[in-house]
Amino acid sequence: MDYITTVLVKNGLVVAFLVTGVVTYCSEYLSRVLTNKKIPGSAIAIFTGLVLAYIGGMVTGGTKGIADIQQLSGFELMGGAMFRDFAIVSTAMGASFGIIKKTGLAGIVSLFVGVILSFTVGAIIAVAMGYQDAASITTIGAGACTFVVGPVTGTAVGASSEVVAISIAAGVVKSILVTIGTPFVARFIGLNNPQAAMIYGGLMGTTSGVAAGLAATDPKLVPYGAMTATFYTGLGCLLCPSILYILVKLCFNS
Amino acid sequence: MLIRGVALLAACFIIGQLSGETLGRILHIDANVGGVGFAMLLLILAQNWLEQRGRFHQEMEEGVMFWSKMYIPVIVAMSAIQNVRVALSSGLVALLAGIIPVLVCLAVMPLLSKLSPKAA
Repeated sequence: MDYITTVLVKNGLVVAFLVTGVVTYCSEYLSRVLTNKKIPGSAIAIFTGLVLAYIGGMVTGGTKGIADIQQLSGFELMGGAMFRDFAIVSTAMGASFGIIKKTGLAGIVSLFVGVILSFTVGAIIAVAMGYQDAASITTIGAGACTFVVGPVTGTAVGASSEVVAISIAAGVVKSILVTIGTPFVARFIGLNNPQAAMIYGGLMGTTSGVAAGLAATDPKLVPYGAMTATFYTGLGCLLCPSILYILVKLCFNS
Repeated sequence: MLIRGVALLAACFIIGQLSGETLGRILHIDANVGGVGFAMLLLILAQNWLEQRGRFHQEMEEGVMFWSKMYIPVIVAMSAIQNVRVALSSGLVALLAGIIPVLVCLAVMPLLSKLSPKAA
């Protein structure tokens, strides 16, 4: 029976295509039959992905979700940063430059508001939970931005690895929440046009969460939200270990 | 030709990533600063430029659209490799710091929307 595993591992990427295809097909079916298409199939598929990741983590104790199961290791390539970014860029095809220019200012403002607000709230939570040194508070605040900004900041300000892990976890929780929550809140916050999507992306950051959430809401909005969201990570990596860290240090002289 | 579209996408992607990495180095941050964003802007500009010269073929667009349609499956795969177990088990701080900022930002969203011109 070993040869079956060998074949699956050798053709990892193709196996990942197959499994993802089956998951997507089943999700479309469930969306149609159980929810009368009220919950989009893509949202169910993405949620199923997260459940698979949890199962993978429980079974193997690893950190890469379902990809830690040897036969499904191809998921690491298919779901990795390269394919993700390549596919995100392709969604820009057909996006209107005019709309982007028109939203420009609001998009930029939302970026700054998003980073500073998330950081501040995250830092306040860190203080409330008993952290008192500037490096830890800053790192957890940065983790509230995204799971990339957290560790980048933590490394820059010299936080402990435990705090860095917490900041990554906070960023992952945020990404999951945005992924699942976007289709549900879309109606209430007017998330139905490119301008709103750009502001949403700038406010939330977390490219993966925003892109997945918008994909489940309305695929046409993905390029706009994803574009501002990618700049969020850059801005967060810029502001958190510098200006925001200095401000935290002034408040908590350690 | 289909491959021309894919190659155009690849060119924009690589140039964008290189710009992001370069910007990161200049700013002394060990991260890619907006690489994907630059690549997307490049693709939009390239498309406009080619269209104006009448050199943008249907098949080129299809080469890019294939990847655009593969987007959701790739995201499904991406969610399947997240460290969900640790995110759920690494404590209250992570949960709170992940959830509350999102709620606060959501509350601000309608205010910011007023800044932008209404959709036509």
